[in-house]
Order: sequence, then structure tokens, then C-alpha cells
Amino acid sequence: MIKDFFKTLVSNRKSLAGLCILGFFVLVALFAPVIAPYPPKIDRLETITAIGEPSLDEELVAEDYPSDARDVLTYRSTLTKDYTKTIDYFPLRSRPSAAHPLGTNHAGNDLFSQLVWGTRISLGIGLATGLFVTILSLTLALLSGYLGGVVDDVIGFFTNVMLVIPGLPLMIVIAAYITMKGVLPIVLILGLTGWPYPTRLLRSQVLTLKNRDFVRVSKSLGERTSFVVFREILPNMISIAMAEFFATSMAAILGEATLEFIGLGNVTVVSWGTILFWAQANGALLSGAWWWFLPPGICIALVGTSFVLINFAIDEISNPRLRKR
Amino acid sequence: MKYFLKKLGLLAFTLFVSVSLNFFLPRLMPGDPARALLDKMDNLQPEQLDTIRAAFGLDTDEPTIVQYGHYLRNTLKGDLGTSFSRFPMPVAEVMRVALPWSIGLMGICTVISFTLGSAIGIAAAWKRETRLASMTVGFFSFVRSFPYFWLGLVFIYFFAFKGRLFPIGGAYTVGVDRGTAAWWLSVLRHGTLPALTICVSSLGAWILTMRNNMINVLAEDYITVALAKGLPLQRIKSMYAAKNAILPSVTGFAMSLGFVIGGGLVTEMVFAYPGIGYMLYQAVNAKDYPLMQAIFLFIAVAVLIANFVADIAVMLLDPRVRDGAK
Repeated sequence: MIKDFFKTLVSNRKSLAGLCILGFFVLVALFAPVIAPYPPKIDRLETITAIGEPSLDEELVAEDYPSDARDVLTYRSTLTKDYTKTIDYFPLRSRPSAAHPLGTNHAGNDLFSQLVWGTRISLGIGLATGLFVTILSLTLALLSGYLGGVVDDVIGFFTNVMLVIPGLPLMIVIAAYITMKGVLPIVLILGLTGWPYPTRLLRSQVLTLKNRDFVRVSKSLGERTSFVVFREILPNMISIAMAEFFATSMAAILGEATLEFIGLGNVTVVSWGTILFWAQANGALLSGAWWWFLPPGICIALVGTSFVLINFAIDEISNPRLRKR
Repeated sequence: MKYFLKKLGLLAFTLFVSVSLNFFLPRLMPGDPARALLDKMDNLQPEQLDTIRAAFGLDTDEPTIVQYGHYLRNTLKGDLGTSFSRFPMPVAEVMRVALPWSIGLMGICTVISFTLGSAIGIAAAWKRETRLASMTVGFFSFVRSFPYFWLGLVFIYFFAFKGRLFPIGGAYTVGVDRGTAAWWLSVLRHGTLPALTICVSSLGAWILTMRNNMINVLAEDYITVALAKGLPLQRIKSMYAAKNAILPSVTGFAMSLGFVIGGGLVTEMVFAYPGIGYMLYQAVNAKDYPLMQAIFLFIAVAVLIANFVADIAVMLLDPRVRDGAK
């Protein structure tokens, strides 16, 4: 079922384009250490040149930047007594140059490297939140839609209540109380404010499926509830659940960037949102440093567009009226 | 009537939940934000410390439930506490100053983007085979995925920093007498970029909803019949299709009126536009919890009431809901 779904997605031109863009960013996130010329938070380059013969004891020493050492051999020779160590500080707030394709920020970090490494956090938070919300709302929707009765009433009521309470202000207020450590809190905040809409949408899908003939037949044949829910209903919800997954992921990436831009995220983490936060805090705009604040926004927009394209295709697949005649 | 009562009950309960959230959030947070805050704030006057304690319920030994009672009563009376970053200004006063700016900016933007967006959506659905239509839809779905605030930054960079066409931030020129023609002109100039940001980023949603509704309606049988009868196309487009397709957008419009207060939050922050959003930004930065909570409450109430109005509008406009007694 899932395989079929992806086959349809690839055959549609819009979603193929979307999948390509998304795939590009996933690759960037996975291979960040290879693509980025520097680790995201260094502001200097230390070159150690051995003067004499290397010592016999060639144990690997890489204390300063463990996995990020660019040239392991230089570090090996730190064991010799005679070596020269040159520290090249990166320029602060420099324009784009050959060494720093997108310039450097106020602390001398290479912005291109930050952008590449930031892909991990931003995309990771987006997809993780999307997954979290999709699973949560799918569970709630199946429970309330299939069981009905009191369960439905209770879940439906809370959904309706949470649905109308405005999300962004609530997110801001909650985030303001929490001291962010790591990225998990932001996933939780985004997730807990993002579940009501998908839940309502998925629930109505469960309700229509519940009364379809094939489900009725299955039930009257005496199939177990778990079989009916997981083998009869769930497979038919994949396209709508995927659509919700992409929509929520997009909202999460935008929400994360917004919270971080306001300074409510963990500003020590390197993500697209925090790059924008530091750009704004250091007046990048009014010193004309477009290379500082334009790229993160473009990346966010590209990822968002890829989700929108995929969802366009899902819409067209499930709603034939939207298809081109 | 049953529908009306149900919606009224939901309104009352959601209002109650929002108010209670406001009370319990700071008390539920891990790590005792109140103590952390008190430890961090050194040079505060004793009165300011008192307001902080009051905001977190640290000033009394009363059990939480009694404090909750006091809080509910005060909130009903409209007493939202004292801001401690703008001490001794009451929170209500701070908001009274900020409100007109937000409502003015967002109100105008909402009307503009609703009218323009719906019109473009109708046109895009009517001529959906043309290249222009698909390009418009594509362009606006692309723009929609920009973060609002970033779009604002880009506009500032190009139109205020590079182009020097508009001021960089604020809402009016300081030093010009209020109410004079020159002052109004400066308000207009300051408002243009924030308004542009909000309109451009919200237009996409209106266009897409309207377009999809319209396409669904155009596939209905009565449109085919109208076409077969040979009615003028213009008449079919406006009287048959658009009139029915616009219904969901109208409720969307009523709902978005609730966001007139809170919808421009981030845009206001970027432009230092002295509305509710910028106030919230300052409150968050100064850890001014009473102000922060009051602003949240205010936005929530506006949205809840607008939702209620939207539901009632649907009831009045759509016979299926009105007579369905659902």
C-alpha cells in the first residue's frame, strides 16, 4: 500500500519535483560533515606543522575538535616535540569570499558551514514534529472515530477547544517559560500545539471509512477489531495521513524558525532559525549583509515548497476534480 | 437553535480554558521560572518585586485553588495585573496604547488580502488551463512557504535599506504633531512595508482556498446545466459558481478577523511596529509575565469570539447547517 502510494507520487510531475527538492536537503543534512568546509561553531583554523622527525609514538590525538579534525596527520604530529602551530582566525563579519562562500558571522563562524549543518536541525525538527503529530493525531482519530461514543465525545471536545485557541501566541508563551536545552522541548511545543487540526481531519476520514461496505462486511464476518482497524481502515488513510504529515512538517519548520528568530529557542544550537536570530541581533540587515539572512530563508522556503508540491499531488490523486482536464 | 446553544457553550468553555491556561501555565512549568526570574533581576524596586511575586502567586500562602478564585474574579473585572517591565503601568493600559496600531494594520490587510485573494482565486479557477493561472497559483504557494518575518526582512533590505523608499521601522515619525496631515502621511509611509508583508504572505491562502472551492463547484451538475442552457459565461461565473464557492471563504474571513489582533505578531516584531505583537516581543524579552499572559489572553479571546461569529454566520447563510439541527 505504501509502495503504491510512493509509485503514484513519483509518477506525478509536481510531487516528483517536490521529492527531488526534499531529497536534496535530506542528503545535505546526512552528509553535512562532508559538504560543510568547517564545523559550524569554529572561528579559527589551527595548522600544526612538524619541524623535526615525527616521533615513534604515533597515537592519534585529536582533543580540540574530535571528529571534525580536517587533517588527521597534522594532529598526529602534535606528539613530536618540535612543531609550529599557526592559528588563523576567521575574519569577523566578512563578505563572501573563496574561503567563506557565504561570508562569516559576528563570531567568525563560516556561514555556509552553518547553513549546511543547520539543515540537520531544521529539517530534523520539522520531520520529527511531523511524525510525532501524525502518529498522535492518527491514534486519536482512530480511537475517536472508530470507537465513537464517550471516547469520541471527549477527544472531539478537546480537539475543538484546542483548535480555536490561537497556536502561535500559545507557543510563544509556553516557550518563554521554558529554558531550552537541546531541541526536544521545541519539538514538544510544536507538537502539542499542532495536533488538533490533523486530528479533526483524520477523524472525519475514519468516520466515512467506517461506514463503507468493505469495512461493514469485514465486521459482520466477525473479524477482530484490530484487524478491521489496522488492515482495513488504516491502509486507506495513508494518502490523507501523508498529506497531514507534510503539512505539519512545514508548519513545524516555519514555527521553529519563528520561535528561534524571536530568541525563544535554544540560541546556541545552529539551525536556520538561529542563524536568522543572530543576523537580526547583529544588525546584518542594516549593514547590508544579505549573504547572512537571505540563504536561511530561501532554504526554509524551498523545503516548504517541496512539501506543498507533494501535497498538491496528493490532493490531485485523492480529489479527481482538481486534476487537469 | 440547538446548533447555536452548542456553539455558545463551546465559546464559554474555550474562554474558560484560555483563562485557566493562563493561570496554570506558569505554575506547571518545570524549573520554577519565578525563582529563576527573581534571582536574575537585581536592580528592581521593591514594588516591582511584589508584582512579580503576585504574578506567580508567591505573595500569599493561600492554597492554589483560592488564588485561582481570586484570579478568575480579577480577570472578569478586567484587572489583568501590573506590567513589571513598564512599572507601574497596568497591563490593560499598555495594551490600550498598542491595540489601535494592530487593529488598524491587520484590519486593512485582512480586507485587502481577502478581496484580492478571492478575486484572483476565482479567476485562477475559471481560467485554470491557462499558463498565467497555474503560474499565479505556483508563485503564491511558493511565497506561502516563506517565513513571514523573513519576508519582512527582505522587504526592509530592498525597500528601506537599499531603496530608501520607506522607513525601516516604527509606526510614525517622531516629532510630528499627532493628527496633522503630515503625521497621517508618516503613518501611511511607515505602515506600507508591514502591510505589504502581511498581504503578500496571507494572499496565497485565500487564493488557494477560493480556487479549490471554485473548482469543486464548477464540477457540479448545475453548472453543466447552466452551460448547456447557453447562459452568458460571465453570469455563470459570478452568479452560479463564485456565489456558492465563496461561502467557505466568508467563514474564513470572519475567523481571520479574530487574528486582526494577533495575526501580525511576528511582522510587528520585525518592523518594531508598536502593536500588540511588538508589545509581546518586548514582554518576552523582559520576562514580563503579566503582560505576556494578558496579551495571550486578549488574542485568544478575540479569536474565540471571531470563531463564534463565523459559526453563526455559517448557520445564517447555509440552510444545510441551519435546518440540519446538527
